[in-house]
Amino acid sequence: MLAYIVRRLFYAIPILIGVNLVTFALFFVVNTPDDMARMQLGVKRVTPEAIQKWKAERGYDKPLVVNHGADGLGMVTDTIFFEKSARMFAGDFGRAEDGRDIAREIANRMGPSLAIALPTFILGLFVTVSFALTLAFFRATAFDFWGVVVCVAMMSISGLFYIIGGQYLISKIWRLVPISGFGEGLDAWRFLILPVVIGVVSGIGSSSRWYRTIFLEEVGKDYVRTARAKGLPETVVFFRHILRNALIPILTGVVVVIPLLFMGSLLTESFFGVPGLGSYTIDAINAQDFAVVRSMVFIGSVLYIVGLILTDISYTLVDPRIRFE
Amino acid sequence: MSDPLLSVRDLRLGFTAGRRAKTLLAVDGISFSVGSGETFALLGESGCGKSATAQGIMRLLPGAGRITGGSVRLAGEELLNLAEADMRRIRGARMAMIFQEPATSLNPVLTVGQQIGEVLSRHRGLAGPEAAAAMAGLLKQVGIADPERRLNEYPFQLSGGMKQRVMIAIALAGEPELLIADEPTTALDVTVQAQILDLLAGVQAARGMGLLLITHDLGVVARMANRIGVMYAGELVEVASREAFFTAPQHPYTRALFSALPEVSRRGHPLLTIPGQVPSLEAMPAGCRFADRCGQVMAVCREHSPPWREIAGGHAVRCHWQAADDGEANGSPGKRAELQSPDRHLLEVADLKVHFSIRRGILQRTVGYVKAVDGVSLALTPGRTLALVGESGCGKTTVGKAILQLIAPTGGSVRLGATELVGMKPRRLRAVRRHMQMVFQDPFASLNPRLRVGEIIAEGMAALRVGSTADHGPAVAALLAQVGLPAEAADRFPHEFSGGQRQRIAVARALAVQPELLICDEPTSALDVSVQAQILNLLKTLQEALGVAYLFITHNFAVVEYLAHDVAVMYLGRIVERGSAEEVLGNPRHPYTRALLSAVPVPRLEGRPEAIKLPGETPSPAKPPAGCHFHPRCIHASEACRRDYPAGTRVSETHTVVCHLYP
Repeated sequence: MLAYIVRRLFYAIPILIGVNLVTFALFFVVNTPDDMARMQLGVKRVTPEAIQKWKAERGYDKPLVVNHGADGLGMVTDTIFFEKSARMFAGDFGRAEDGRDIAREIANRMGPSLAIALPTFILGLFVTVSFALTLAFFRATAFDFWGVVVCVAMMSISGLFYIIGGQYLISKIWRLVPISGFGEGLDAWRFLILPVVIGVVSGIGSSSRWYRTIFLEEVGKDYVRTARAKGLPETVVFFRHILRNALIPILTGVVVVIPLLFMGSLLTESFFGVPGLGSYTIDAINAQDFAVVRSMVFIGSVLYIVGLILTDISYTLVDPRIRFE
Repeated sequence: MSDPLLSVRDLRLGFTAGRRAKTLLAVDGISFSVGSGETFALLGESGCGKSATAQGIMRLLPGAGRITGGSVRLAGEELLNLAEADMRRIRGARMAMIFQEPATSLNPVLTVGQQIGEVLSRHRGLAGPEAAAAMAGLLKQVGIADPERRLNEYPFQLSGGMKQRVMIAIALAGEPELLIADEPTTALDVTVQAQILDLLAGVQAARGMGLLLITHDLGVVARMANRIGVMYAGELVEVASREAFFTAPQHPYTRALFSALPEVSRRGHPLLTIPGQVPSLEAMPAGCRFADRCGQVMAVCREHSPPWREIAGGHAVRCHWQAADDGEANGSPGKRAELQSPDRHLLEVADLKVHFSIRRGILQRTVGYVKAVDGVSLALTPGRTLALVGESGCGKTTVGKAILQLIAPTGGSVRLGATELVGMKPRRLRAVRRHMQMVFQDPFASLNPRLRVGEIIAEGMAALRVGSTADHGPAVAALLAQVGLPAEAADRFPHEFSGGQRQRIAVARALAVQPELLICDEPTSALDVSVQAQILNLLKTLQEALGVAYLFITHNFAVVEYLAHDVAVMYLGRIVERGSAEEVLGNPRHPYTRALLSAVPVPRLEGRPEAIKLPGETPSPAKPPAGCHFHPRCIHASEACRRDYPAGTRVSETHTVVCHLYP
């Protein structure tokens, strides 16, 4: 088990280098250091000298990947890519182009992101699993049929519609909670309710339909027939036999996203004006702030890899058949 | 007269298909009874409604199933109009059921103890230490050693035979009066099957239970049943006692089932086959349902469904035709047109090894090997059939794949003619594949469902550049004719064909490139007896016409007896005995061969004189026992067996046995 995890962590190193390289390449295909300098300096102050100064201050005056001017190892190390990337592996994200410390920014913004993502995740899981279980219990009835119709309708509607529609109905017409914004401490709950509810509702359609399929697949299995042949009541058959087996793919499927909850949601945070990591990323993309974009992509990759390892571990916990030797 | 334990009267049940909600009757008015302490066998081929009958009695039909009429009484009490809650009190308590697939019939995430305990708490109100004691007792009763430890294990930690034992323990937990066993041994190896059948017979005798045995296997019937009911297309066609059934079967269908069995006495003769197919549920004929396939069909058969006719006490048949009193016309033991075996070998396998490595740790170092095939040597001459026999997990399928180089062998040599195949470049190997082809076990999974039959057959010819593209059309038609299918079949998809027809397509596909060697991996084990007979006949005819050599990989001894010229018996990756079919089957030397042969249930009244019972099951090939692999299960095991793997001993020119008993 431990050996397995250690091996997986070693696999992570080339993956992270690759992700970093691709991010770097994509960013500098559409941008040049000059563009970044112009963007940061603003239209009025742009002079060739100012651009040169901006680049030199931030280390963007070097070649991108290969430095033909340097000797030996310097050909690789004395470049933008190496200097900007290498420190990230040591946990040093450096500063954003506007001079703020990225690590500090991340620590500050993680709270608001989690405050929305975590309740949405837990509540959403509970609601969708319950709904799917109800549909499966009443399978092949009119309730099941119309339930699936509702699911398909809900998953066909764009996520943006739920956000805008929810803000309009709940905040503008009914005036129950603020449209957007964020508060400090306990005061935050007024701002949290709307994004959480919308997050849960927009996920019901696709997740419930998927979970229902998993439940129905289990319902048709031989061990269910055995359980019925024992004379067990249908509720016991469902909760003791079917639910336990169906939860294996459901749980292991959601574990992978748990670490990513720290990243927040790009869409929700931007629309609700929440100062979390999602809106931080969006703003950085708009501002062509390479340092922040690179850091967020890097953290996302790390969290995703952690999620995959957690998934494997969770398998060993819920499924007695799987053990890492 | 007191009520029999189980009495089924005029039971009708069916399945609603599609949105039209029209019920298609899968079981149409069957009546029988099972007494206490009696075994009643319901015999029939797949789709005849025997499993549906069992599920109907338990009221466990799947969602689309409906019981449309009749009566099911358990000790006089009508079950069909009981409320579902009352039925649940009977299910698992007075009446229990075990199923075909022990591997999937147990809940994978609950322990053995939890699964048995459920029944104890529900029907007998047992919990805690009382239940634990009862569970240990049950496991001991079904022959599981170390019951306390097993109770905390999960199904995946048990072997197939053990799982079926656990299923039986679950069924016995409610102390049932009636046990319904739906093909309880079909998924098991013969030696394990023998153990489970003995166990069932033992617990039945000890408890005086009624046993309703659902099976397709005449051998199992001969071993277990007191009375037999034969089902065909949703109806019972004959009910007889065991003696009457095996000495004087009356219905033409029953007789055809017997004649379709491959066995030694029929060598050299084509097996009798039943033409056509079982009528579909949508289009049941008005008269006798077997009329279209019956050799004795008369005009009246097509108009009126025959009534029951009593032959003797307890022996009744539903047939218009009256058999002349001549018993079964059994073919005289055939003489065989033995092919003179030429000196040259078509296929020579020497010391073939296939090892799969077991990797562990951070660096994934190889810490051991699963020796799936460990030093197998075989030889096959043109036009002959070599049967490679063994139980599941012995490595016989791996041998087949390694010969074809579908798996790269770890060592040894495979020579086809003069060509060495091991280590050959892939490009050259493709050309050699033309000379050897494979027919796989499951005709439902081995044909691409998205390709038309014509494309499936022609694909191999195109890939190996046999003939020009223009020739492929006529070639496909000729191949289809050769395997007994109409030329129109080329334009249809595999799902439009029955299992037997699909296996014919698979054979045609393999023959398309005119191979000299055909490796058949359990080609009939997924098929019914009457369909199996068709495929065996086909293979035999093709061998005579084309001179193809067959390597026949199988666990079915009846097929071996009927078809093989030479036999090799495998156990845990090695061959333990080989020789001509007469030598190995008629005069087996290795204790394993003997045990295997005696474990096969024979479809006759008289059993084999002494049955050798093998204890336990095949060990894992990852950790084969030291010394002779077979010694932990062998009654003759000596000190030498525990220490050294025996060397081969020549019994005759062709007969070799690997055992310390023959120094």
